[in-house]
Amino acid sequence: MKPAASSHWSGRDFPVAARELLEDSQIRSNVRHATNVIQAKRDAVTGELADWQQLRDAGEAIRAHSLAHLDFYLEQFEQGCTRAGGQVHWARDAAEANQIVLGLIQRHGVSEVLKIKTMTSEEVGLNQHLEANGIRAHETDLAELIIQLGKDKPSHFVVPALHKNRMQVREIFQREMHLPELGERPEDLASAARSYLREKFFRLKVAVSGANFLIAENGAVCIVESEGNGRMCLTLPDVLISLVGIEKVLPRFRDLEVFLQTLPRSATGERMNPYNSIWTGVREGDGPKEFHVVLLDNRRSPILADAESRQTLQCIRCAACLNACPVYHQTGGHAYESVYAGPIGAILTPQLHSMEEGRSLPYASSLCGACYEVCPVKINIPEVLIHLRGKIVEEEQKTLAGQLGMWNLGMAAAAMLFASASRLSLAQRLGQIVQKIFVNRDGMIEHLPFPLSGWTQTRDLKPLPKQSFRQWWAERTPPGEESIGDPDRAGQAAGRGGSDGQ
Amino acid sequence: MDSSFSARSEVLRSIRSALGQRMEADRIAAQYGALPRDYKRAGTLSQEDRLQLFLRRLEEYGAGVKRIASHGIREEIGGQLAARGCRRLVIPYDLPAAWLPLSFEFTPYGGEGKLSSSLGATELDGMDGVLTGCTVAVAETGSIVLQSGPHQGPRALTLAPDYHLCLVFADQVVETVPESFAVLDSTSCLPTTFFSGPSATADIEMTRIKGVHGPRFLDVLVVE
Ligand code: SF4
Repeated sequence: MKPAASSHWSGRDFPVAARELLEDSQIRSNVRHATNVIQAKRDAVTGELADWQQLRDAGEAIRAHSLAHLDFYLEQFEQGCTRAGGQVHWARDAAEANQIVLGLIQRHGVSEVLKIKTMTSEEVGLNQHLEANGIRAHETDLAELIIQLGKDKPSHFVVPALHKNRMQVREIFQREMHLPELGERPEDLASAARSYLREKFFRLKVAVSGANFLIAENGAVCIVESEGNGRMCLTLPDVLISLVGIEKVLPRFRDLEVFLQTLPRSATGERMNPYNSIWTGVREGDGPKEFHVVLLDNRRSPILADAESRQTLQCIRCAACLNACPVYHQTGGHAYESVYAGPIGAILTPQLHSMEEGRSLPYASSLCGACYEVCPVKINIPEVLIHLRGKIVEEEQKTLAGQLGMWNLGMAAAAMLFASASRLSLAQRLGQIVQKIFVNRDGMIEHLPFPLSGWTQTRDLKPLPKQSFRQWWAERTPPGEESIGDPDRAGQAAGRGGSDGQ
Repeated sequence: MDSSFSARSEVLRSIRSALGQRMEADRIAAQYGALPRDYKRAGTLSQEDRLQLFLRRLEEYGAGVKRIASHGIREEIGGQLAARGCRRLVIPYDLPAAWLPLSFEFTPYGGEGKLSSSLGATELDGMDGVLTGCTVAVAETGSIVLQSGPHQGPRALTLAPDYHLCLVFADQVVETVPESFAVLDSTSCLPTTFFSGPSATADIEMTRIKGVHGPRFLDVLVVE
């Protein structure tokens, strides 16, 4: 059954959505600027720590350990949180999470709530669900406010509005906050947001948040933020509801000593973000009187079963892999048509949909490995990408349509060619002759006829060289030395190497 | 509640069936104990270098900083408040009276009974500023940690007012983040707030600008 709301926005494939976005030069230049700035800052503040790699190792080990014993740590968290006066709820899917949050809000009879930026609530479509039930959720993070007032979608999960520049933000604020005189300096825009929200912080009684980490040993919750809107929401209202994915748990409070170093440095390139809040349950005279945690599964648990892709859930959502990704640089986040964009989105989104949606996303990568290099918890994204591509192919091969599909037939044909030296060299010689009519003035092949047109749809090809390696080798090898350059072995090796990039 | 109970058991069952057999708690603990932790867990700087690093980081964030002597706390606080043009301040109810200069108006907050007044957020917002101590501070990241401990008050106190004057004693400053966690660990259930400079955002074109919702102005006095 399809969930009521989906973290994957439409059925459009990545290449289709990306093509549209590549034509928006404003978005592209905004994205390029923002990602370049964060990346340079990130490189500087991670580079200055002599123990950066050891922090990554520890972060990876702690996250992997937490996932390996997730049921144990979640139960421990629940006990700790409950003991401290919090209430823990469990949601199997998006619809259930929405229903729980709505019910809690309705119990207090309010029609407006505060929101702290949370990708988990985007994932389940919480705002829409509340809206449909007559409850207005006010986003309080500056970027989320820009997105909400601009009726837009987030394109990055640390800086969701990075595709908007100051002029565009000014336009939205002028229109939506009725401030025709508003200036365009970032300071002006931030202070407009401050006055717009301040009254709401003091007036509204219920807030909804996500969380960066849950602490099993004492039931604590941790939120990392910049502006203080988070602190406002989790300190001033009477009721706080945190919607959190089940994977976010850490065993002990002290584990934060690792992640509060790696997360800010990776996410915004700061040594520490302006505010981190950690709290446990409720406390008399300090903060909300009622605190709820909604633990969301929404198809996370089945991911644990796959030893190779389980590491996807280690993610701490720093978005360093987005900033480092050459594909994301070009397209921005919207092309992924998903709450979770970039390299992590490419592996997480399809898995959150049991591989039924977002199937083009594992292909939205050049496998250059930049994401793995920067990941503070060492998720080997290229490895998972290849693994998921393999799964998709395997599944397709199970259907008749898949077996008769171009990719499968093409790969089968290629396998047949590469398996035999004589067939390969025959094909090469044929190709050298036939290709001549397709080579353009720049010496490249832009379009091949069906059935090969699929291959040239997204790339130009260099023509086959006048002489293949094997032809060249045969000419230069002195007689009697065939054993060194056994053409059959060379051919097979080349065949394997050549199919790697599929 | 029926459906919530079954959601709980279903989620846990689904996790368990994905993970396979569950380990005994003590084996999980042993496995946890063996996780690699080869990162820096203790500082190496001298006290002087550590303080200088701390002050430099705070300045980079746009905070005002000053080193003061312990016998001059009251005068220095007075000077700082006067320079900021603050007159009406809110303080944690347990702040030592010896710190408080005359000719300013201090309203105690938090605690029980007659010591405290109960100000709402709007009243706090109407104050010129707040004066507090802290639990621990981290030089490497320019962070100060409040844990609702002595001289710190509840969280709203240091959130709603627009100006925060914070006293940090030199021996509260550690070099690294892990050292700060060693201090915080025994009281980890208290509400804990790390703040690093005044509130800020970089959401518009990645320009860090000061002052969104938290206090927009921060001064730190380091007492030696
Ligand atoms: S996959 Fe790694 S780099 Fe990407 S967001 Fe997650 S933690 Fe950060």
